[in-house]
Amino acid sequence: MSNLMEIENVSKIYGPLKALSGVTLSVPQGQWLAVMGPSGSGKSTLMNIIGCLDTPSSGEVFLDGVRLSELSPGELTAIRREAVGLIFQQFHLISHLTALENVMAAQFYHSMVDEREASEALEGVGLAERAGHLPSQLSGGEQQRVCIARALINHPKLILADEPTGNLDELNEKLVMDILHKLHREGATIVVVTHAPEVAAHAGRVIVLEHGRLVSDSVGEAPSGGAGEGEGEGADDPKADFSEADGEAAVLNRPGEEGLEKNTDFSPEEIRARS
Amino acid sequence: MIRSNRAFLARMLLSSLLRRRSRLLVALLGVALGAAVLLGLVTLCYDIPRQMSREFRSYGANMVFVKKGGAGRLQAEDLRKVEAALSKDAVVGLSPFRYESVRSRMLPYTAVGAVFADAQKTSPYWRINGEYPRNDSEILIGEDVSAATGLGVGSPMPIDGRNSSAERYEREMTISGVVATGGVEDGFVFMNLSAMEDMTGETGALDLIEGSLALGGEDLAAAAADLRAALPEIDARLVARVTSPEERVLSKLAALVYLVTAVVLSLTMICVATTMMTVVIERRREIGLKKALGAGAGRVAGEFLAEGLILGVAGGLLGSLGGLIFARLVSQSVFGRPLDWEFHLVPLTILVSALVTVLASLIPVSRAAEAEPALVLRGE
Repeated sequence: MSNLMEIENVSKIYGPLKALSGVTLSVPQGQWLAVMGPSGSGKSTLMNIIGCLDTPSSGEVFLDGVRLSELSPGELTAIRREAVGLIFQQFHLISHLTALENVMAAQFYHSMVDEREASEALEGVGLAERAGHLPSQLSGGEQQRVCIARALINHPKLILADEPTGNLDELNEKLVMDILHKLHREGATIVVVTHAPEVAAHAGRVIVLEHGRLVSDSVGEAPSGGAGEGEGEGADDPKADFSEADGEAAVLNRPGEEGLEKNTDFSPEEIRARS
Repeated sequence: MIRSNRAFLARMLLSSLLRRRSRLLVALLGVALGAAVLLGLVTLCYDIPRQMSREFRSYGANMVFVKKGGAGRLQAEDLRKVEAALSKDAVVGLSPFRYESVRSRMLPYTAVGAVFADAQKTSPYWRINGEYPRNDSEILIGEDVSAATGLGVGSPMPIDGRNSSAERYEREMTISGVVATGGVEDGFVFMNLSAMEDMTGETGALDLIEGSLALGGEDLAAAAADLRAALPEIDARLVARVTSPEERVLSKLAALVYLVTAVVLSLTMICVATTMMTVVIERRREIGLKKALGAGAGRVAGEFLAEGLILGVAGGLLGSLGGLIFARLVSQSVFGRPLDWEFHLVPLTILVSALVTVLASLIPVSRAAEAEPALVLRGE
């Protein structure tokens, strides 16, 4: 499978703080990758760099074969528009636009508005009845689903989700994860940043960051279904086991190089122990 | 059903303005207040010299009209021509005068024929002890004449002289009042112009027309020049004794008002700018989000500036109405008369208001639009 994304020795420095330190990573087309790590480990920074929302201080990022460091801010914006769908923990809906208008805003900045398609996208996340509501009139779960509909409306190759269930209750978490499973089955490449092992357990691959360094890269079985399909039920029914990993040996930056702990199976408990 | 991007943009702008009503109201009030103060002060700036010119008319005539070259006399129709040539709004009064040499009890006097109703307008500073003549047999004498002759209000005063046919005439007049001006008028005898025409048998002749015009400085000089050009047989002269100090006071006053306006305008602009900056800074995340969704910096900035423009125009319009009313109230309470509605200043005010609002939005909008969306979304 060809790689949709290649990250080579990427670092990001904010003043005295080194948010990312020499991270190298490849993400094949169609993979569901979970990025884990404690607060301040550089998860969100990595997502922002992958999503062209931020630029690395050093290193290279290739998205679909395009070297991002060679692109101007305008070209980066175009990549973001064309290739990336963003799902935020804080939803980031425009407060004075309705659910439908928020989805249409993504169409507007991408190419051309299509109210019918935007309505269908909301229907797809179960919000057909709430299309005319403002974000303030929606629950957190509903806002997150609007955010997902907005992320998907332009059919991006890569879906980046930053703590997509961080602000949601169990029921809404399940709804959101079901939608991600459906997208994954349809061939989308998904990168989910999370500190929740239950959420990470849905992914086919889990990487763990600590202090800006990649300390673990664990490949499990590819996720094959949503919660409603009997597989990948999240925390209650993990579909794979996480094997023991040596913490010392895992503090490595380059997958494939000597010392990097490669895991093939994982469970939420073990992921929790790592992160 | 929205079918085009243009329609969606309009919907987004409208939603932003209408669904954020409380925020909008604060910003709109800020802009409107700025526009109101601006228009109000500029209107006053524009009108105060004019109002003051009118106030200065209590100093008397500021323009006199005589026959060109000093030869011959003006005629009654010259008064009508002058009146027609001047703007009605500017004329406070036009008063014709005719001078004749007369005698009373063997003593020579200069008699002045006047239309007293007009003379009161051009010479409001005359202090009258008694009354203005009410008929052709009553006269007004100057204070010096009164002192020299011992005559006062109610005293009879015979007047005699020669008419245009060199025949003698004699009239028995009664003094209705004594005039004091502190000037040459104190040595004159005043009578109705019609009484003088009757005595001398010569009608329609005038020596001088005094004009009191509510114009200051350059406007007055320009009016005199226009008159000289339009009526070549008449010489229009400025009364330097009155116009020079008036001009100095007016220019100082205008400078003061301009200074106050400039200071208030700067403060107003800072207020509007601060309001707009607050509005934009509050929405930095929205700017970051739109960029994250794939909007270019220019496009996002353009949308916000369009909102600023709408706000500036609406605030400017609202403020203009407030400013006009404010200026009118100030004029009414200070000068006792309402000023004219300066509607032509409204488009200018709206333009300035829109410009200030857009410029004030420009700095925070472009700063937010240029920043990495990740930073903006994180709230940095």
